[in-house]
Amino acid sequence: MTDILKASNLHKLYKMGQARLTVLKGLDLTVARGEFIAVVGASGSGKSTLLHILGGLDKPDAGYVEFDGERIDRFGAGRLNRFRNKKVGFVFQFYHLLDELNVLDNVMLPAMAGTGSLGWLAKRRSARRRAANLLEQVGLAERTRHKPYQLSGGERQRVAIARALMNDPELLLADEPTGNLDSKTGNGILEVLETLNRGGQTLVMVTHDERMGARTNRLIRLVDGRIV
Amino acid sequence: MYKLNLAIRYLLGRRISILAVTAVALCVFIVLVVMTIMNGLVREFRNKNHAFVGDCVVSTDSLVGFPYYEEFAAELRAQENVEAVSTVIHSYGLLTQRGADWNMGIEVMGIDPADHIRATGFGQTLHYHRDTPETAFKPAYNPDAPGCVVGIDMMPRSRSQSGGYYHSPRPQEIELVISCFPLTAKGAMERADMGMVNTLSFFYSDDSHSGLVKVDGNMVYIPFETAQQMCGMNGSPSRASAMYVRFKNANALQQNTGKVRSLWDRFAEQKKDAPYANLLDGVRVESWIVNRRSHIAPMEKEQTMLILLFLMLGLITVFVIFVVFYMVISHKSKDIGILRSIGVSRWGVVQVFVYFSGLVGVIGAATGGTAAWALLLKINAIEDWLFVKYGYQVWDRSVYAIGDIPSRIEPRVVTIIILSAIAASIVGALLPSVQAARKRPVEILQVNQL
Ligand SMILES: Nc1ncnc2c1ncn2[C@@H]1O[C@H](COP(=O)(O)OP(=O)(O)OP(=O)(O)O)[C@@H](O)[C@H]1O
Ligand SMILES: [Mg+2]
Repeated sequence: MTDILKASNLHKLYKMGQARLTVLKGLDLTVARGEFIAVVGASGSGKSTLLHILGGLDKPDAGYVEFDGERIDRFGAGRLNRFRNKKVGFVFQFYHLLDELNVLDNVMLPAMAGTGSLGWLAKRRSARRRAANLLEQVGLAERTRHKPYQLSGGERQRVAIARALMNDPELLLADEPTGNLDSKTGNGILEVLETLNRGGQTLVMVTHDERMGARTNRLIRLVDGRIV
Repeated sequence: MYKLNLAIRYLLGRRISILAVTAVALCVFIVLVVMTIMNGLVREFRNKNHAFVGDCVVSTDSLVGFPYYEEFAAELRAQENVEAVSTVIHSYGLLTQRGADWNMGIEVMGIDPADHIRATGFGQTLHYHRDTPETAFKPAYNPDAPGCVVGIDMMPRSRSQSGGYYHSPRPQEIELVISCFPLTAKGAMERADMGMVNTLSFFYSDDSHSGLVKVDGNMVYIPFETAQQMCGMNGSPSRASAMYVRFKNANALQQNTGKVRSLWDRFAEQKKDAPYANLLDGVRVESWIVNRRSHIAPMEKEQTMLILLFLMLGLITVFVIFVVFYMVISHKSKDIGILRSIGVSRWGVVQVFVYFSGLVGVIGAATGGTAAWALLLKINAIEDWLFVKYGYQVWDRSVYAIGDIPSRIEPRVVTIIILSAIAASIVGALLPSVQAARKRPVEILQVNQL
């Protein structure tokens, strides 16, 4: 198996006036293609921070992340935008859907954002079909016209997953996708992710639920800014 | 594509954007209405002053007048840029009505109607003689009687509630008696020893409605020769008070006036040894703007002040629009974080909000502009209605000397106002969205997940 992602010696600290909070202290992590990794750790241990750095949404204070052998901190602005758009899919802990768009448009958004107006006219139909397919996969085929506020938390999370998959990213990063859900709904989400992984999708999932973590290929524990 | 799409969704999906549209519309509406009316008032007032004296005035303040005017008028008429010249007598007198026991101080203007209507807008100020202004001094009831034209506000008469004047179908037969004080060329009272003044009877022939309060309330027009005689200006040399000149090309006012001035200077130089040449010294050559400056200036000052006030209002408007967008976009900073996290560029994010605010600006400006246009279209009808129904008159006609509230929309003003409103909207959106777009996506999302 080839490595898709490699994080070396990541440091992250937050300054708040005089106080400094070092969240990551020399963290190393390698993700192989097709792997399903769970990151567990206490609340505030830096799981979200790590995931943001891996997805290029945040920058480490020291160390670097390599994606397909290339350091993403060396990407220019345009390349970084394309990286976020095409290579990784991000599922946030708090869904982060656009309230004004319906479910289908939310899912299609990454495809729209990644194409110019003319290109969009050409591929709109296929994008629409793909979005509808994804929503069917996550069990929301009936809800495409609904707005986010009309959905339950679990349903919103599934929309967020479908959106993250829209551009067929090589890496899916999910931050506590089941965190706000009851165990039954959470199980449903996990099943969706497991199915994706069986289809070859590389996944990194943050969770504080050890039992969920146990169902993945590899469980990583984040303690004191490092992996143990 | 998604940018415009998103912008439209924001516009339709959020109540606050309706408020933003309303704010823009209101501002455009108010500024447009006030600017149009104020500009119109000043423009009309200037036009009336212009119509009263023509393009250029050669005049003296002295009641004695100046001599050799005929020679100079002939010289002027020979100029290729001169369209018409009207020589006038301007003096003061007393007016009374035969058989009545009132009298009033008046201004007397002696004119030759045929010349005067070509040099000035006098013809259009008449009522009964509008189509035949050259016979202005022939009363309809007795064309052979000596006639006079009086300022429209001088005779007690009924006015419509919106300020218009009622006229009977034919002029009433009224005999007016005018007395003038004849002065010699040296400025002394002629026949002062006999304690006499020149008094003549005239028959009311028409009104002149120049729209200038002082003129319409004080001026009586009589034939040039008669006036000259009554003021003692027909002696040798005969004298006149002023010449009103109309140019062929009204655009080159300064140039044309300059030509008349140098012509006059040469003329005065030639005459410097002629008898009573000293009377030529007090003669000024002025464009109508300079000549009527003391009348126009207060109005223009008022306009400048209003423009300043509205500039301030405009600034406040821009600020209000800015605040509205700041609030709208602050609420949407989470969306900026989301868009950035799925790979939308900084500029792409900003564009979404520029489209949004541009749409708000355009719709708001269009709404406000349309409303202003509709109001201006009906403003006179509305004002009439207010007056009839509640006896409330928004504009006192005697102060503003207008018949109608000016409501002609100037394309230039509209363009400036609408473009500023749209620009204000876009700038108002630009700042907060640029600010948000500069942040890292997680910085925004971190805050917004609370
Ligand atoms: N922008 C920030 N400024 C200051 N401190 C921050 C900031 N973001 C995160 N932190 C701190 O960094 C630490 C790690 O945060 P992070 O969100 O990564 O934790 P987490 O492991 O995801 O926790 P949870 O399980 O509760 O989601 C926390 O103590 C948090 O207070
Ligand atoms: Mg977290």
